[in-house]
Amino acid sequence: MDERKIRVVVAKPGLDGHDRGAKVVARALRDAGMEVVYTGLRQTPEQIVETVLQEDADAVGISILSGAHTFYFTKIIGLLKEKDAGDIIVFGGGVIPDKDIPGLLEAGAGAVFGPGTPTSVCVEWLEKAVADKRAKEQ
Amino acid sequence: MDILINKALAGDMRAIARIISLIENGDPIADAVMRRIYPLTGKAMVIGITGSPGAGKSTLTDKLIESFRKKGKTVGIIAVDPSSPFSGGAILADRIRMQRHTGDEGVYIRSMGTRGSLGGLSRGTREAVLLLDACGKDVIIIETVGVGQSEVDIIKIADTVCVVLVPGMGDDIQIMKAGIMEIANVFAINKADKPGVDRVAAEVRLMLELVRDKSWTPPVHLTVAENGTGVEEFAESIVKHHEFIKNSPEGARFEFRRLSSEVEDILLKNLTRKAEKVWRSQKSGKLMEDLAARKTNPYTVASDILRKLFPQADYDEGIKEANTSHVTPDN
Ligand code: B12
Ligand SMILES: Nc1nc2c(ncn2[C@@H]2O[C@H](COP(=O)(O)OP(=O)(O)OP(=O)(O)O)[C@@H](O)[C@H]2O)c(=O)[nH]1
Ligand SMILES: [Mg+2]
Repeated sequence: MDERKIRVVVAKPGLDGHDRGAKVVARALRDAGMEVVYTGLRQTPEQIVETVLQEDADAVGISILSGAHTFYFTKIIGLLKEKDAGDIIVFGGGVIPDKDIPGLLEAGAGAVFGPGTPTSVCVEWLEKAVADKRAKEQ
Repeated sequence: MDILINKALAGDMRAIARIISLIENGDPIADAVMRRIYPLTGKAMVIGITGSPGAGKSTLTDKLIESFRKKGKTVGIIAVDPSSPFSGGAILADRIRMQRHTGDEGVYIRSMGTRGSLGGLSRGTREAVLLLDACGKDVIIIETVGVGQSEVDIIKIADTVCVVLVPGMGDDIQIMKAGIMEIANVFAINKADKPGVDRVAAEVRLMLELVRDKSWTPPVHLTVAENGTGVEEFAESIVKHHEFIKNSPEGARFEFRRLSSEVEDILLKNLTRKAEKVWRSQKSGKLMEDLAARKTNPYTVASDILRKLFPQADYDEGIKEANTSHVTPDN
């Protein structure tokens, strides 16, 4: 078998037009050898989940700087579960107040990274999360 | 495995997506899947979209999807973007331009990284197309990476190859040189809203006058992919070419050529895998040192490996010839 690459969708839900963070993180994941499907701006949760399934992604990274993070994280995680795809890793970042993070993790997000996080931290976290997920599959 | 294949054949999108990953990862199961589904293939219309980086391939593909959907056809898309030769990772971004179709059940879009493949496609593109064909997609569109002059693998897979050109890609010498000009069945001169389109179109038409095979003259369409201008006519030419290919002697010849290259590619791929395996098992520190010290040489090492793979064959052919004939210095 050749190498099993990590495939990850990076998505921008809603009307939030801040895309620098998403692009920076996408590049960092690419430079770590991952295949990153970038959805572009203004995606509905339904579109994001459908993209994740069509692309057979291991994980979906959501970038939100608009303040609507709780809604989108909860919605996307819920839709994935509905589609029997609750094993897909959901993580993300953006301008998200510390006080909201425990709620997102509770809802099923694997990790949430705020402004100023070195991208290497996001990369290492995801590498480990995917390795754990794959170990469970065996 | 059978369960997964049956699900895919019944149209289950996640099963299809999973099998494409197995194919991409070079899983040995992939060959078995192909054997199983091959009898069901050959029904879809397979379209290739190629052209230089940023020419508008994805935007045009998006408009083609719309056009075929309006006619009630289901569509599968394989969009290839380059993998980084350094990290092996990739940003797969063709899909951005087609996202409005995500959620339409009649459309399946899959992004693939080239993963070291140099011909403008990815390693598993052919197999992914066969799978989508077997699973009942009426139309399959393959978007190649942005190509330069010689990445023409698309002709081995697509029934109809569309080359997308744009104004300002260089002078007529550039157009003459580009290998992709020779593979086009239909041309789209995109970004026709920009100055210089007429010149490109004229140059292409001039070049086409010199083509010897007159059975099909590639139509040249001006398009503005961003707003859909000219796309309907472009789509019509694609369908026409497809009919031509299916109903003419040229078409049958083309199909034979393509099948032959398919066998060749599979053969070479499997041989390469086997040869690499033997080489990896033979490679030792000692052997590398012997090579470096010129105690042996790469040619001998390689023919020793071949001898392991095919014990009967004659690998010293060249050597014998060299000893007996023209290369001898006294001749
Ligand atoms: C640059 C900027 C803009 C630019 C955006 C350019 C662009 N194309 O991205 C412009 C000028 C267009 C803009 C406009 C607006 N902005 Co503005 N903008 C910012 C600013 C100053 C920096 C954002 C940025 O690019 N940071 C750099 C990147 C690299 O960091 P990052 O996105 O945070 O990403 C890091 C982490 O969050 C994390 N991360 C992010 N995404 C992801 C995803 C994954 C998968 C992972 C793992 C990690 C991760 O990793 C990254 C690396 O560390 C912020 C303030 C701030 N300090 O954050 C305000 C800010 C985000 N904007 C804000 C607002 C209100 C707006 C506007 C509505 C109007 C306005 N007042 O200007 C408009 C709306 C535009 C729109 N359509 O959505 C507010 C949002 C308030 C809120 N959330 O409640 C902020 C917080 C400013 C503020 N304090 O008021 N903005
Ligand atoms: N002016 C103009 N711009 C266009 C047209 N079609 C596409 N574009 C723009 O050209 C840019 C590239 O378009 P894509 O469709 O991504 O091109 P591509 O050939 O798929 O690019 P790669 O896959 O990266 O090689 C985008 O900014 C499009 O909006 C057109 O007809 N006119
Ligand atoms: Mg493209």
